[in-house]
Amino acid sequence: MSNSFVKQVDNPVLEIHDLTVSYDKKPVLWGIDLSIPAGSICGIIGPNGAGKSTLIKAIMDLVDMNSGYVKLFDQTLDEVRKRVSYVPQRESVDWDFPASVLDVVLMGRYANLGLFKNPRKADKEAAMKALEMVGMDKYSKRQISQLSGGQQQRVFLARALTQNADIYFLDEPFAGVDAATEKAIFKILQNLSKEGKTIIVVHHDLQSVETYFEWVILLNLRLVASGPTPEVFTPSLLEETYGGKLTLLTEVGELVQQGEFKAREKQ
Amino acid sequence: MDAFWIILTGSLVAVSCAILGSFLILRKMSMVGDAISHSVLPGIVIAFFIAGSMQSIWMLVGAGILGILTTFLIEFFHQKGRLQTDASIGVTFTWLFALGVILVTYYAGNAHIDQDCILHGEIAYVPIDLIYDSNGNAIGPKAVIILSFVLGLILLFVVLFYKELFITTFDASFAKVVGISTNKWHYALMGLVSLTTVASFESVGAILVVALLIAPAAAAYLITNQLKVMLLLSSAFGILSAFFGYWLSYLVDGSIAGAMVTVAGIIFAICYFIVRFKK
Repeated sequence: MSNSFVKQVDNPVLEIHDLTVSYDKKPVLWGIDLSIPAGSICGIIGPNGAGKSTLIKAIMDLVDMNSGYVKLFDQTLDEVRKRVSYVPQRESVDWDFPASVLDVVLMGRYANLGLFKNPRKADKEAAMKALEMVGMDKYSKRQISQLSGGQQQRVFLARALTQNADIYFLDEPFAGVDAATEKAIFKILQNLSKEGKTIIVVHHDLQSVETYFEWVILLNLRLVASGPTPEVFTPSLLEETYGGKLTLLTEVGELVQQGEFKAREKQ
Repeated sequence: MDAFWIILTGSLVAVSCAILGSFLILRKMSMVGDAISHSVLPGIVIAFFIAGSMQSIWMLVGAGILGILTTFLIEFFHQKGRLQTDASIGVTFTWLFALGVILVTYYAGNAHIDQDCILHGEIAYVPIDLIYDSNGNAIGPKAVIILSFVLGLILLFVVLFYKELFITTFDASFAKVVGISTNKWHYALMGLVSLTTVASFESVGAILVVALLIAPAAAAYLITNQLKVMLLLSSAFGILSAFFGYWLSYLVDGSIAGAMVTVAGIIFAICYFIVRFKK
């Protein structure tokens, strides 16, 4: 019996049951069963190709599922779209697109506008407020092609913030951004969580997992673990997740050491 | 007066193409425009033989259906067949075009429809083919009236649904998550591309229409980074191409449509060098 740990919660905001996704008959996610408590900041962790992004895309109904279901707030995605916000990977769009920062952030308001309606003053105010939160209000008229990686990520987060959602899904928001941006984004996520909103983040960097997340999902095609960070972020479960990947094993080794010597400081 | 009608026809085609072409370029689908402009051929021929005449409305419908079918097949082979987009485009439109060629040659001599007229068109004949009102007074050339209708439809579509076109073009995943159907807008846009191609083929032909879809929009893309400005600029480039193209063809006594596209190419080159030397 392989090592695993899945903690189910009562009244979850996100519940996934028996989810299987495959590309070309090759399974990418296999029998995922998990639930996430409200208000948590949750990290999805796993090696490259583990299906982390696919998991989020399956929840967002962007890829077809072979089996299983996803429930948000005990309802289907279609019933609760307005309470859900999604921040795709930064690289998924063409940043040379002829648009300004404000144009992109305003897209967050489109869901509430409906056909034939253009953004109004209130929408622009909401967009400016979101830009202020991410520290980009001075850049609202800037062309998106002139932004740095960190600024692009802030713009994407601002767009999500204008949605006033109750659950946020972020796909690798810290990938390739500067340290200041990473800190700023994390601060915003923390504040959202304090307001009772749930944050789910695909994350790459094992070093910062314990600082950032209260809840961790360990994924490698199948679900290895899902639960509170102290119970899940253990050497044995990490080895189970990253096992066989040589380069990553050394990272795990480092973490084991740090765990033993309590080298990490909490922020 | 002939010159006026010809330049007006060219401008109507060029502006319709420029607006749609801007979206095609941003969606990285320039070659889909090429594909549609060719694969509407069987639709035109079939519609021609069902309606029994060059009744434009049936040709528009037939071509519209074929255009959407082309788009669907390209997507289908790409997504379900795991074929690269360019291979999928290559297979789909050449096959449909071949089907059209067979149909045309099979019925050859039966009517005034042939490959030449579809592929190359002849804008010089536009002023001859007039539409008359009930009193027998000429209202204007048929092509101008049809193309005005098509351009009106495109303008209405882009103005009313600018927001949807913008978001589905920039970030399709995000659009889908906020509940905007990316497929619906994709097919609507491709349906309009088909309509435009068909409405234009009699005047500029199916091959040159591709140039007008891409060249003015590509030139505008180079020199602006605002979508609205890009749409206006590409339309302006289209009109300039029609105007100076007519003038050029008069000078060299050559094909009018060919000259219009040549001018469009020159405008693109000028834009390219402006951007290149500004940096």
